[in-house]
Amino acid sequence: MAENQSSVVSAKNLGLTFQTNDGPVVALTGVNLEVKKGDFVSFIGPSGCGKTTFLRAIADLEKATEGELRVNGTTPEDARKNRAYGYVFQAAALYPWRTIEKNIALPLEIMGYSAQEQQARIARTMELVNLTGFEKKFPWQLSGGMQQRASIARALAFDADLLLMDEPFGALDEIVRDHLNQQLLELWARTNKTICFVTHSIPEAVYLSTKIVVMSPRPGRVTDIIESTLPRERPLDIRETPEFLAIAHRVREGLAAGHSYDD
Amino acid sequence: MMTETLRTRVWPVVAVLIVIIALWYVAALFMNRSVAVNEAELKGENLTSSELWMKSFTLKKPLLPTPDQIGVEIWKTTAEMKVTSKRSLVYHAWVTLSATLLGFAIGTATGILLAVGIVHNKAMDKSLMPWVIASQTIPILAVAPMLIVVLNAIGISGLLPKALISTYLSFFPVVVGMVKGLRSPEVIQLDLMHTYNANKTQIFWKLRFPASVPFLFASLKVGVAISLIGAIVGELPTGAVAGLGARLLSGSYYGQTIQIWSALFVSAFLAGALVFAVGATERVVNRLMGVKPEARV
Ligand SMILES: Nc1ncnc2c1ncn2[C@@H]1O[C@H](COP(=O)(O)OP(=O)(O)OP(=O)(O)O)[C@@H](O)[C@H]1O
Ligand SMILES: [Mg+2]
Repeated sequence: MAENQSSVVSAKNLGLTFQTNDGPVVALTGVNLEVKKGDFVSFIGPSGCGKTTFLRAIADLEKATEGELRVNGTTPEDARKNRAYGYVFQAAALYPWRTIEKNIALPLEIMGYSAQEQQARIARTMELVNLTGFEKKFPWQLSGGMQQRASIARALAFDADLLLMDEPFGALDEIVRDHLNQQLLELWARTNKTICFVTHSIPEAVYLSTKIVVMSPRPGRVTDIIESTLPRERPLDIRETPEFLAIAHRVREGLAAGHSYDD
Repeated sequence: MMTETLRTRVWPVVAVLIVIIALWYVAALFMNRSVAVNEAELKGENLTSSELWMKSFTLKKPLLPTPDQIGVEIWKTTAEMKVTSKRSLVYHAWVTLSATLLGFAIGTATGILLAVGIVHNKAMDKSLMPWVIASQTIPILAVAPMLIVVLNAIGISGLLPKALISTYLSFFPVVVGMVKGLRSPEVIQLDLMHTYNANKTQIFWKLRFPASVPFLFASLKVGVAISLIGAIVGELPTGAVAGLGARLLSGSYYGQTIQIWSALFVSAFLAGALVFAVGATERVVNRLMGVKPEARV
């Protein structure tokens, strides 16, 4: 029972098939996964292996066609209605006619927070993502990395314990990315959220995660789940330690295995 | 800055204007010459060619009045006349303008409401859109007299029938533009709303409507100009009482070409002013909505 309570995402034999004009596309099949409270889970795999689809299924943006998916012990739909998660899309998806602070206020307005509460939360989350001072700017006045941080702040502004992030730093250069990764880890440690994070980068996955889910395409499935042995406290140079490299190696092998299976 | 705008924006317009005016005088000379010759023969005058030129430019009922004749007529019927006078162009312009603005307001409101319905309701989308399009295939010249006569018969006359013709014309670009605008949010922007479990009203006010604003203004610019045309057309079958349309009509009854051209110029000026007003509003709204400067029009 106690086990069950701490389960944030639980997939049992999950499958998802899209009906398209060219016939059915199996995006996910036989996915089994447990995400526990406080986990940082990365999803890694080649393009088209269903990472986005899995995240969208958790978010109730797609419906599973097979198996069972529970979020916070309820259906994804109920979880969405309970505003259980914040979703960070690959593109920042800020509304261009709103200033940064108004963009962060968007979910708060919709969820009916008082003006005072909104103000407090905007200030807090903007500080959390290091954007203090840019409240009154419009999105186009910010760099890509800053826009992405604003979209993370927006997902953090309300009380969702689960953060779903779909390649949030995919479009950014490596220096900015390293910096944001560090900030994300700090934020995760401070807020004790559960994070599901999609990435194409092996070092990023290993650096961030407590659990790495390796996936492979056609049909999209999980080929390996790696529990990280790295400590929660992670300076950037942990990436040169043998332990780190060993995990990265295993991820790489998992990815390669997924491919050879295919050929 | 000033000289720059002068050079790049004002100059080309002025140059074209000068060419048009020059061509105009040439055309007026050719068209009015025979009239002048006839008139001189009738009076038994013997004119030198330069006198004939002058006469061609100063006829009371020329085929084509010269720009200066029109200018003088407009000056006389606006600045030098009380606005309450039945001959004042300001009075007539106001009559037309009030119908235009009322019709435009009703048309815009109708257009937006229809677009909201079409975007939110599949049945309305299927059933309404063909009718909206069909409505514009009927020539306004056929609809206008019918509408005026029918409304007159049930006791509605004056401003409203004319305004309704403006409405009939102006709701169309608003519907089309707003349907497109309300559907313009990207999937990702809508998905975001979905993750917040936002309801339809919230999605409308916080996403669909703001996203549609650029489309709305594009439609309004077209709508306001054709509203004016609607109001003028609406005045033609009313028995020429008041308004720019009435001036056009009475001018053509009595061969008062100068009067016709003056009314034409005033209506063109009104149309320009209306479009400019919409454009100015758009610029203010754009600034409030943080539109990137180079993306502003
Ligand atoms: N809405 C949809 N309709 C039809 N097929 C879809 C849809 N969305 C995704 N797919 C298909 O499902 C499969 C998985 O797509 P998904 O976007 O989840 O991949 P991904 O792992 O996120 O890839 P990438 O790394 O390129 O983002 C692909 O084959 C894709 O073509
Ligand atoms: Mg993806």
